[in-house]
Amino acid sequence: MKPIFDRGPSLPLRLFFALLASGGLIVLDHYTSSSAQLRSYLTAAVSPLFYLANLPQDLMFGASEQFKSQQKILEENQTLKDTLLLQNGQLQRLQFLQQENDKLRALLGASPVTEGKRLIAEVLAVYSHPFSHQIVLNKGSNDGVTIGQPLIDDLGVLGQVVSVGPTSSRAILIADNTHAISGRVERTGLSVVAEGIGQANSLRLIHLPHSTDVVEGDRLLTSGLDGVFPEGYPIGRVTKVYRDARLPFLQVTAEPYAMLDRIRYVLLVWPHQGTTVADPEIVAPPEAADTERK
Amino acid sequence: MQNNWRFLWIHLTLLLALLLAVMPLPAEVKLFRPDWPLLVLCYWVLALPHRASIGTAFVVGFLVDVMVGTVLGVNAFGYSVVTFIVAANYLKIRNFSILQQALLIGMLLALYHLLLFWLSHFLTGVYFRAAYLWPVLTGMLVWPYVFLFLRRMRRQLKIQ
Repeated sequence: MKPIFDRGPSLPLRLFFALLASGGLIVLDHYTSSSAQLRSYLTAAVSPLFYLANLPQDLMFGASEQFKSQQKILEENQTLKDTLLLQNGQLQRLQFLQQENDKLRALLGASPVTEGKRLIAEVLAVYSHPFSHQIVLNKGSNDGVTIGQPLIDDLGVLGQVVSVGPTSSRAILIADNTHAISGRVERTGLSVVAEGIGQANSLRLIHLPHSTDVVEGDRLLTSGLDGVFPEGYPIGRVTKVYRDARLPFLQVTAEPYAMLDRIRYVLLVWPHQGTTVADPEIVAPPEAADTERK
Repeated sequence: MQNNWRFLWIHLTLLLALLLAVMPLPAEVKLFRPDWPLLVLCYWVLALPHRASIGTAFVVGFLVDVMVGTVLGVNAFGYSVVTFIVAANYLKIRNFSILQQALLIGMLLALYHLLLFWLSHFLTGVYFRAAYLWPVLTGMLVWPYVFLFLRRMRRQLKIQ
């Protein structure tokens, strides 16, 4: 039987200390710069939990792969071969164009477009808490991941890494409330800033004057001006332009190309490594490279 | 004494609840995910207030913060407040029927979500959407099951 006299401090006192500690944490995390480091350690500490939480899903995917019929696998193999042939054909053309582009840029005296190493990472957890659209990746500082590194997938830009542990890292998506990305309207070359509003399927273009030439369906590409995302990756498509002269700016929303709420594999990009695109070093773990996207 | 280590089951259930909170789910059902750690915590505070109290709540809330990616301390704040209310009234709440308890838990969950929203709005400027409150309803609906399951577990394992 528990004795009634050693109950420790009273409840209101405990609450007071807990609230004080939470307040301290909030201030530490939100108003000081040391939090990135702290977050990295914490991400490293809880990463086993993410691996554990991912286990059922992995098992299920593994089982469905296991029980696929041979016919299906042969079909899939055929489609993959076809796509590979097609894309390799386009790639030959791309290399030629790239060389030509480099020469032209050299003639113009413009700085060459660089493209560096890439790495495929698997998503351990997509936590789209309404207040924070973040994902946890299974690659960390051991694989050379750094804070601020951009993420893309086959459709478009996803986001950037915000904290790194040794074997896992955490990335913030472009739809997050605290994220903004510098872009360019493909048709007109106009520079825009696309800000997340906490919904996976919508971004907001901010501070555009009423005279701006933007129409629905315009493609947005990264501009490279923010120094984080390399130039020329697709961000999204303008879905709504609302002109109201009473408001100070145009109200423009865009839809990201990437399916931000169903990501499984991402491509980490090293933007400023200085190597040319002629031989992009693609590092792919074998098990990740041959799995289809869901 | 065998009882000394039995209360570790509390920590095990809380750990499982944390895993459920970050387990990958399809996007369509993710908005409806109940706050498992908070529900399990509420049960233990009701059943064994000398084992799980505000300190436990703070630690669990902090872990939720770390795993979910909200500003550190926000969930710890909400968890501490809710646990305080439960711990201060556990004798009354124990005497409620399960349905009454579910209603009360729903109110506490709503308080937790509003606190969370309020702090997040203050810190990062999120906008309110009614869809944020779905976990309140689903939490209310799963409370009877959580309660009955954990009570059976507590009785069979003689956790004190």
